[in-house]
Parts: sequence; structure tokens; C-alpha cells
Amino acid sequence: MRPFDYQRADTVDDALHSFASTRGVAFLGGGTNLIDLMKSEVESPSKLVDISRLPLSTIETIPAGGLRIGSTARNSDTANHPLVRQNYPLLSMALLSGASPQLRNMATVGGNLMQRTRCYYFVDPAYPACNKRIPGSGCSAQKGFNRIHAVLGQSEQCIATHPSDMCVALLALDAAINVRGAKGNRTIRMEDFHRLPGNTPQIDTNLKPGEMILSVDLPPSKYVPHFHYLKVRDRNSYAFALVSVAVGLEMENQTIRKASVAMGGVAHKPWRCHDAEQILIGASAENDIFERAGRAALSGAKGYEHNTFKIELGMQAVAHALNLAATRRTV
Amino acid sequence: MSGGAQIPDHRYEGKLKVTGSAQYAAEFKVANMAYAVMVTSTIAKGVVTGMDTGKAQRAFGVLAVMTPFNTDKLPAGNQGAGKPPAGRTLSLLQDRQVNYNGQPIAVIVAESLEEARYAANLLKPTYKIADALLDFEAGISSAHPPKAGYWDPDSKRGDVAAQLAKADVKLNQTYSTPAQNHNAMEPHATIAKWENNKLSLYDSTQYISGVKHSVAAVLGIPQDNVSVECPYTGGGFGSKGSVWSHVVLAAMASRLVKRPVKLVVDRTQMFGPVGGRPRTRQNIQFGATADGKLLAVQHDSWCHASTLEDFLEPSALQTRMLYASEACQTSHRLVAMNVGVQTFQRAPGEATGTVALECALDELAYQLKMDPIELRLKNYAETDLSESKPFSSKNLRQCYEEGAKRFGWAKRSTVVGATREGHDLIGVGMATATYPGNRSAASAVVRIKPDGSAFVGSGTQDLGTGTYTIMAQTASKALGIDLDKIEVKLGDSALPKAPVSGGSMSAASVCPAVEEAAKQAKLKAIALAVEDINSPLHGADQQNIEAAGGKLFLKDSPAKMESYADLLARHGNQTLEAKGDAEPGQDAKTLSVHSFGAVFAEVAVNAYTRMIKVRRVTGVYDIGTLMNQKTGLNQLTGGIVWGISTALYEDQHLDPVSGRVVNNNFAEYHVPVNADIQEIDVSVLNIPDLKFNPLGARGIGEIGITGSAAAVVNAIYHATGIRVRDLPVTPDKLLG
Repeated sequence: MRPFDYQRADTVDDALHSFASTRGVAFLGGGTNLIDLMKSEVESPSKLVDISRLPLSTIETIPAGGLRIGSTARNSDTANHPLVRQNYPLLSMALLSGASPQLRNMATVGGNLMQRTRCYYFVDPAYPACNKRIPGSGCSAQKGFNRIHAVLGQSEQCIATHPSDMCVALLALDAAINVRGAKGNRTIRMEDFHRLPGNTPQIDTNLKPGEMILSVDLPPSKYVPHFHYLKVRDRNSYAFALVSVAVGLEMENQTIRKASVAMGGVAHKPWRCHDAEQILIGASAENDIFERAGRAALSGAKGYEHNTFKIELGMQAVAHALNLAATRRTV
Repeated sequence: MSGGAQIPDHRYEGKLKVTGSAQYAAEFKVANMAYAVMVTSTIAKGVVTGMDTGKAQRAFGVLAVMTPFNTDKLPAGNQGAGKPPAGRTLSLLQDRQVNYNGQPIAVIVAESLEEARYAANLLKPTYKIADALLDFEAGISSAHPPKAGYWDPDSKRGDVAAQLAKADVKLNQTYSTPAQNHNAMEPHATIAKWENNKLSLYDSTQYISGVKHSVAAVLGIPQDNVSVECPYTGGGFGSKGSVWSHVVLAAMASRLVKRPVKLVVDRTQMFGPVGGRPRTRQNIQFGATADGKLLAVQHDSWCHASTLEDFLEPSALQTRMLYASEACQTSHRLVAMNVGVQTFQRAPGEATGTVALECALDELAYQLKMDPIELRLKNYAETDLSESKPFSSKNLRQCYEEGAKRFGWAKRSTVVGATREGHDLIGVGMATATYPGNRSAASAVVRIKPDGSAFVGSGTQDLGTGTYTIMAQTASKALGIDLDKIEVKLGDSALPKAPVSGGSMSAASVCPAVEEAAKQAKLKAIALAVEDINSPLHGADQQNIEAAGGKLFLKDSPAKMESYADLLARHGNQTLEAKGDAEPGQDAKTLSVHSFGAVFAEVAVNAYTRMIKVRRVTGVYDIGTLMNQKTGLNQLTGGIVWGISTALYEDQHLDPVSGRVVNNNFAEYHVPVNADIQEIDVSVLNIPDLKFNPLGARGIGEIGITGSAAAVVNAIYHATGIRVRDLPVTPDKLLG
């Protein structure tokens, strides 16, 4: 770990000012990802501005409808908040499938949005080539061990996946991210928040330098009771998803009126499956429709030496998650 | 209390551990300590062409930077002293060769751990990279027999080819098991301190006397100048049976900076310089009659080994003795690779070998449409045919019977893929477990103290397995002194010598020595009493004197008695000391000593996600006398958890280009978590094996892992109809 300065921010503007006035500042939330990366010197900020104690941890209803979750709300607190459990159980389910209780007690909602990939070649600087870590150095994963890597939306430069569970649910819930920067406040749609790697895999999100996440808004659509977060992983807890699926359905009798499907573990960003949704909307909730939706979700997928299984597994996971959501009767 | 033995229901050192006051190697406070970190290579093969140490040297707090360019030459170079487990081929900065990714190539010593780690990242070695051997499969065709080792790599009994020709039913299948790393919770750690040419070490080890003699020899100093302490070992599983590079490097660093030095191996470094279980590929051929009699068994095994040192995972050993086939042939070959030296890991051989053998038998049972238990009983070995020796004690039939009953084996559907609960496919499977009964020479000392308490000591180790506890209970029983008055010391090379805590032999080796020492100490007290005119026992027949509750008494007249304390008070408050030695008896040469067991598993496989849950495991073991319910069953249960881990989780992945372990951390090197482990029902027959040792106990540290992986894999087949022969079984392998 490189030596660094530490400052605890008292206000949001205080934190933003620190960022603007010093080179190499990073905001510190729960630290569950950043500190690990600093230990291995993947990240070497010159200064940490601790924003975890800013008054941004409130979870409250939005008067016009929906829910606002403060960016420093802890993952555990968010997952167990009565308004989240009752109205957005999909988010609660996704959060609780992530990491371990110890990590969830530390991790914040904003930090989770900024979580970096678990690609082996990114997190270990012993590998000389990683375009995400050292732009232009190459991608070790494509000829390396790539079982955990992307099958959708990847580029020649990067086949890393986004590791978050929470973000997959936020995408399915059509969340919006409220941020503040030097030029004031703005809102970014969840679908636009994370980026595909393209030629700039070193940039994970569309957050501009110096912008801070203030809160996450969830719209009124709640997908209760027809939701499911399905996480397929190598062990039953404390493992990143091989593939995961967040599903929300609005149903009228057996007819699907509205559908939202997002996947994790398959792409550089949480992956919205619009094609699958189009198949579902207006259709009857039946297994062959779910299977068609699964195939549509993975259409265009491309695997590598060790991860082609994700395509078939992903299709089946989408179909199964839809089935579980459609047949669910209660939160 | 009466003369009956007290069996403790808690661990001797349990309170110290749960309160955090048990000191592990790295936790000893030594004045003026400096901190060392190893810097390891990032290439698999080549030469270190340069190492710019300037920035590191100048970094705050740095005391020394040891590199291949400035480190003193040792008398035997990189060669550890003695045979394995203690003596291994090490990386001691003696030359610039790199033989694997993760090899120690420098050591930084600094005032603090943080400063040492920071400086380590400032060191920028340059390399000339050479082509490395990293492809196991490609190396099979040029595999070689091990140059030396404990075991004959090949065996042949009868004529396999002729028997195969006669067979009604044949099977020929290949199974593979992954490379694994031990990853004890407590990483390897050493504190080295020199005083007047004498070296004292705190070291996390399974073998203090191995550390003593090997470190002395590597450094070229007399053995008597090295002392080793290790009161607690936070898990070892075989990797701490050897003296790896970091132990010697810590001593070298301490000598260089003339201060005590602590070197803790970090988690990433647990995947390279401290050994691992090699991956295996195993081919099994069976020929059987239509009614299930095995005519031919052939088991050929390949495993990878470091180019630095041949080490064999002897996967086919159990195949030589476990079933009574007409003919049996086995072979082992090594595939040399540019990886760290491989080593013993919990049940080396049987852990992986029973995967192939017991899965293959399961396949044969389905081919024959036979109950897998019936197939095993049909081929039950009454004697060890590999060595033409009788077993010292074998009650495997009872294990099958008792295990089947406890598990409810008879209730299963014999049809594959027939049981479904909701979205889950349910299956059951079973396998045989086996591990040899090992024993070595060991010594112990016992002292009866003037206050009537006793001390028992032996230079053995406690890996969290219960050595303290069973030493206390053995001494308590033999002395007739209550457990709470027994003090135990181990893990100090000043104590009488004991063997490596490996091969499941500590209990069977050390406890007889403790018993002997305690008997001799008690005899000294008895002799003192009968000679003493003031003793109520004066003039009594020594044979007629027994001890219990801290008192000596006449067996036929218990009212005549006195306490050890009273006796010693009249004799100048002296301490009575006796040493006890125990070694394998003559029977060891004429008998085959093995433990056995039967393991049953039930799994649920999600029909859509293919995620697997092991819902319950039943293991019934024939391990001789169970010394202690709590520590014993705990070890067997832990072994089963390891079996589940082998079946489903652990898998060390090498980057095919750089030879670096990609999943070198606990987030991605998966071991079971709580959610993966459900009901485990363990029991033992508790039939003493008195031909093996006077306590009748065989070791139990390893047998739990054997058979249990195969039982899980067999259950997955029963659930899904998919036979996975390449472990671990992960969801992707069940997509069909």
C-alpha cells in the first residue's frame, strides 16, 4: 500500500472541494473494495476523502412516488429497511445474496455502484497486461483463464464483468442515480450509469471526475409479488455470480403486462435484456415463453475457452427466474 | 472419584483459544523485533537479470533488502536438509533462477510490516523469461516415475490382461482431481532470534524437531544451537510438516540485521512457496464377472510435480489392498511443471485415489445393476493381498451395515434421476473410506509434583486436533490424578522428541509414550511409599497398589491410602520424573494396519441452476479406540467437510500463460462456507486395535476426507444421471 492522506468530509461540498483541489483523490465509502485494491496497489490514491459519515444514509419515500436511498446507506441497512423489504423486495433479495454479512455491514449503496471488476488479471498487478489497469497494455484474460468473464457486450480490449448483485436489481427496477459535481446536480439513468468496455475499459462508469453519488431513486413500479433475484454461483454463499438474473413482472391473471429482466455476471455492466422483455410483454406466463425470453436474453453472446457455459446457463437461469417470479404469491 | 478414566468433554486449551490468549507463532512479543516480507516472482521460468533496490533501500524504515545478488551462500545452497517432510528443495536467494511463479526472489526487512510491504512494491526485478512447463495434459506423454519417495510407484499382483479377457463386464474410465492449496486459517509464520550464535524460532509447524534439525543443517550450525517453539498450530493439513523457504529466510534475515525478525507468509503466498496437493489424472480399468466379482483392477495415476522436486500424490495405494480382485496392477507417474514444490495434503493419495476408485466402483455397480454396497461386500478383502498380510483389525462390514442403517440407504430409489422435490433433483451415493494406521517412535516426560499435580510434556504439536487434550487424559488415567491437576506442554524442542504431526499418527505415537512415562512416574511413587515406614502403604506388594483421584491405595483394601502430595511432603517435596519411550512393536512388520469407513451422501441439485447442496452425510468409521468424543468426532467431521470441498469447490487455477495461480485468495479459491455444510452424522465402531498399540487407537486426522468426495459425486449421478469425472463438480459441468 502506498502512503496516502486521509480526510473525513463534513459536508458534500467539503468533499467535492477536496476532490477539486487535490490530484488523485478517491472517495471512501465502506472501503470493502477500494482498500483491498489499495493494498495490492491496483489503486493508489494520494488522498482518501471519507464520505461514509456524511448525512446521506437516509432511506425515505419520494412524495411523488418511489423511494430514495441515500448513497452511504449500508447494504445491510438497505436490504433490511421495511420500505425496501415491503415495496422493493427484489432489491433486498439481490443485496442479501451478495458477499457476506460482515461485508454488507460495511459496504454502502454508492460504493456498490462503484465496485470494480473481480477479473483476476485486473486485481493482481503481477500480470503486466490489463487494459483496465494499464490502458494499452493488453488483455490477459482472453488467452488466460476466463471462466468468470463476459459473454455479452465485451470488446477486444476487455472481457471483464461487473461483480455487483445490487446493481442488477437496480437496473431491473429502473433506478436513477442522483449525483453532484462542480457543475451542480444531475441524474443518471441506471442503464446509462455503467459503461461497456469499448476502447476505454479503464472507465467503468459515466460518473464524471469529481462527481459524487448522493442517492438512488427507485420509481413507483415495485414488482410485488412477481419478482425474483436468481444468483447462480459455485457455492451457496460468499461467491460472485456465474450468472445472475433480476426479474420483475406485472401480471394480470396469467398475462404479463410489464416485464423487466436484467442480468449480472455476463457483461462489463449490469445487462438489461430488452429483447427478452419484448417477448414477455403481453404474453401468457408459460414456460415456453420464459424459455424464449431466456434465449433472447443471451442472443449474440460470445464465449471464450472457459466460459461458454454461461450462455446456456444464462438462458436457463432467465427462464427459471421468470418462472419463480410469475408463480410467486407473496413477498 | 473412582478409578475410572476421565474423558474430558472440553479441550485442554479451549478457553485460551476462545479468549484469544493462546499465542500462535506470529503473536509472540519479542523486544526490538523487525519485520520481513518475501517478494515473489511473477514469471514461471527464467532468470532474474536485475533488481533495482535503490528505492526500496531508501524507503523509510527499511533495514535490509536481500536479493539473489547480495545474499550469503549457504553450505548446501537451496537444498533443505533431510528427507521430506522436513527437507524440501527451497528458494533461499542462492541463485537467480526462477522455477515457478510465486517463488521467493527477495526479502525486505523493515521496522514495521507496513514499511516492509511498501518497500516490497518498490522493488522492480527484471527477468529473462524462458519457456515454462505449464500444460499438465500435454506433459502426460512424457511423464516420469518418481526418482525417490516413500512408496514404490508400481505394483503388480496377478495377470490383469488375462483376467480382463475373461471378464463379463468391463469399465475403463478416466477421472481427474484439481490442484489444491492447504490454506490453513493461520498462515505460515516464523519469528527468528539469534543470541550468541544460538537461534531460537517461533514457528507455525507440524514438526518442531524437523524444523530444528533441518534449519540447523541448512544454515550449517550445530543442531543444539537451534530451539523451536510452537505451542499452537492454527491448522496445517500437511503443508506445515515441511520446513519451507520462509523459515530459513527469517533466520537469515535476523542474522543479517542482528535483530529478531518476524516473517508471516501472506495469503497470496499460500498458493506457491508452501506446497500444494498436485492435480491428478487417474485411469481405472475393471474386469468383473456378471455377478460382480472383480477379476481385474488396474489403476494408473498421473500427477504434476515441480521441476524442482519429485513429489508423488500416491493415488493408487489404497487400490492395492482395498478389494479382493484376482489381479491388480497400479502405476504412478509424474508430470514435471514449473510450479512450486508439491507436498502432503490431508490423506495424500487416498483423498484423490478414493475419488477415482470409488466413483468407478459406483459406475460398475450401475453397469451390473447391483447395490453398490453389495458390490463392495462381494469383493471384501479379508486380508491385505498387496502384502499378503492379515489386517491388525478390520471391521468394514460393520461400517457398511451401520452406515446404511443410519443413513436409510434401503429407502432410496434405485432408479437414476427419479427423485424430485420441487425444483431439486435428489440423489444418494456411497463410498468406502480408508487410511493407513501409522505410528512412529515418540517420547514423553511426566513429573509428579509435590502438590500432587502432574506435568506431562512431549515435543509434539497440536494443530487444533486435540493433542493437548488426549495427552492430559492419557496421563490422568495412568497416574490416577484428576484432569484439572494435569499440566500439558508440547511444541517445544527442549521436550522429548516426537514425530511430525502428519500421517494421522500423533495420537497413536505420542499417547503410548505418555502412558509409559506416567506409568514409570507412578511406579517411582509406589516404590517410595512401600519403602517408607511412615506410609500407610509401607511394605505392601507393589502390584497391589493403584492410584486414583491423586491418591495411592491398596486394591484389596482401599482404605489404606495416601495422596501423592502427602507422600512427597515426607520426602523433601521432591518431584518424581520419568521419561517414556514408545515405538511400533514387532507386530507392525507382520500386520497390515488400516482404518476403514463407509460414507453416504444425499445431494439436492437444482434442475435449472445446477447448484448443488449436500443435504446430509453419514460416516461410520472403524478407527480403533476413539480417544476422545469431542476432538475425535470433530476431526472426522472436518475431514468430511474437506471431502465435500474436494467434490464441489476447491480448484486451484493456473494462468496458462504466466503459470500464476489466478484465484490466489479466499474470495475466489472456494472452500465450503457455512451455507454449504448441512447435516453431518459421524460415528465410530470404537473397536480397539490392540495389535497396533496398547491404547488400541489408530489416527483419525485424515480418513474423513477419503471416500466422502466420491460419495457426493456418486450422489450427484444418482440425482441427475450425469457422471462428472473431472472434479470439482461445479454447476457448469451439469448442464449436460
